[in-house]
Amino acid sequence: MSSIGTGYDLSVTTFSPDGRVFQIEYAAKAVDNSGTVIGIKCKDGVVMGVEKLVASKMMLPGSNRRIHSVHRHSGMAVAGLAADGRQIVARAKSEATNYESLYGEAIPVKELAERVASYVHLCTLYWWLRPFGCGIILGGYDRDGPQLYMIEPSGVSYRYFGAAIGKGRQAAKTEIEKLNLSEMTCRQGIVEVAKIIYGIHDEAKDKGFELEMSWVCEESNRQHQKVPEDLLEEAKSAAKAALEEMDAD
Amino acid sequence: MSSVELNHANLLSSDSQRTQYPYVTGTSVVALKYKDGILMASDMGGSYGSTLRYKSVERIKPIGKHSLLGASGEISDFQELMRTLDELVLYDNMWDDGNSLGPKEVHNYLTRVMYNRRNKFNPLWNSLVLGGVKNGQKYLGTVSMIGVHFEDNHVATGFGNHLARPILREEWHENLSFEDGVKILEKCMRVLLYRDRSAINKLQIAKITDEGVTISQPYSLKTFWGFSAFLNPTAGAEGSW
Repeated sequence: MSSIGTGYDLSVTTFSPDGRVFQIEYAAKAVDNSGTVIGIKCKDGVVMGVEKLVASKMMLPGSNRRIHSVHRHSGMAVAGLAADGRQIVARAKSEATNYESLYGEAIPVKELAERVASYVHLCTLYWWLRPFGCGIILGGYDRDGPQLYMIEPSGVSYRYFGAAIGKGRQAAKTEIEKLNLSEMTCRQGIVEVAKIIYGIHDEAKDKGFELEMSWVCEESNRQHQKVPEDLLEEAKSAAKAALEEMDAD
Repeated sequence: MSSVELNHANLLSSDSQRTQYPYVTGTSVVALKYKDGILMASDMGGSYGSTLRYKSVERIKPIGKHSLLGASGEISDFQELMRTLDELVLYDNMWDDGNSLGPKEVHNYLTRVMYNRRNKFNPLWNSLVLGGVKNGQKYLGTVSMIGVHFEDNHVATGFGNHLARPILREEWHENLSFEDGVKILEKCMRVLLYRDRSAINKLQIAKITDEGVTISQPYSLKTFWGFSAFLNPTAGAEGSW
């Protein structure tokens, strides 16, 4: 690592001579080591899925959630430091309620993404702060239809058709690119996301994982919700079946 | 100091003004338990003092999945209350943990808010009726503007306390069917219409059961003004014009 020992990697407020801010890159590293998080935009909504690595067998299933609802119409999936993610989600919730109390209308997803990105970026500007060690995938539904954004620790946010962050992001992205997202419904999307996450999970390196999924679509009444238990189980078994088929070949 | 200067000084000083009287008000709300849940009725009038200024004010609203709130008194205070309650329910929903606020919790919350505001000498000028069903449990209660609260099998606000509750005490029973419940409520609303000058003949009846909330479209009651008691209403009132 070229940065170590040069002294330019200790502060978020100092550029290195070649124009980089190493602390932000380190924050991005924290995200790259996390369980994979993916989001896809289908024709009728957005599906998000998380490969939640289970640290201990004694942990209660369903704890340490990585997908959070923000207002009625959007949700965030967090990769990286879960605690940092909760801080961002809390800010997003207050931005969303504040927007609604001011304008009498739910916050547009684009506006929400921008505000959250500003907040994340803010934490890269002061020496007494540390950048957030998490990447966020934000999915929502407003009058412009379903939208998907990704926000990085640097504070940049872009809109995507499909996005992936965390350990398996490269493999996940290649899989997402093969999907015909413009024709796909969320119901089909759930299965695809489950297949991808089961497919990229590295059994050798990580032991257990839990699949956490949510959606915002016509079927969920344009509300952000956990994927219903029966659909999730269906998707899981389809994913497992697909894996076995691959192993058989 | 002239009165204008005095007024100005008052505005600049840190003295704050509280609500001392309501502006636009709604009149009675009547509600009762019936076989499957709660029925609630209110008219849609909004009085500006004694002028019947607004004629389609919805004064019964759902709170979350399990509760129904009816309000009489200051309409704007009710609207403000709805805003805070909607936010409360929203934050509750965002936990997405399968729990939700039931009528009991909402009633208690409202009691806290009303009592707290009256202790600040700045009350929300309402009488509220909170009804709901959760897990098969029926719930019906009221809160007044100073925080007095209670539960009962049938409740009413304002004039309804005097004119509707005697009827309810007479006719209410545990196993009321939906039709009979509506009939009793309509009877109450008709009496209120006859005797309460702020009442108007456009009302809504709301129903809440385990299946959810339905609020009726506005409608009118059949009236008959030919009763002899109505012919010369001031006859027995000496000194009245």
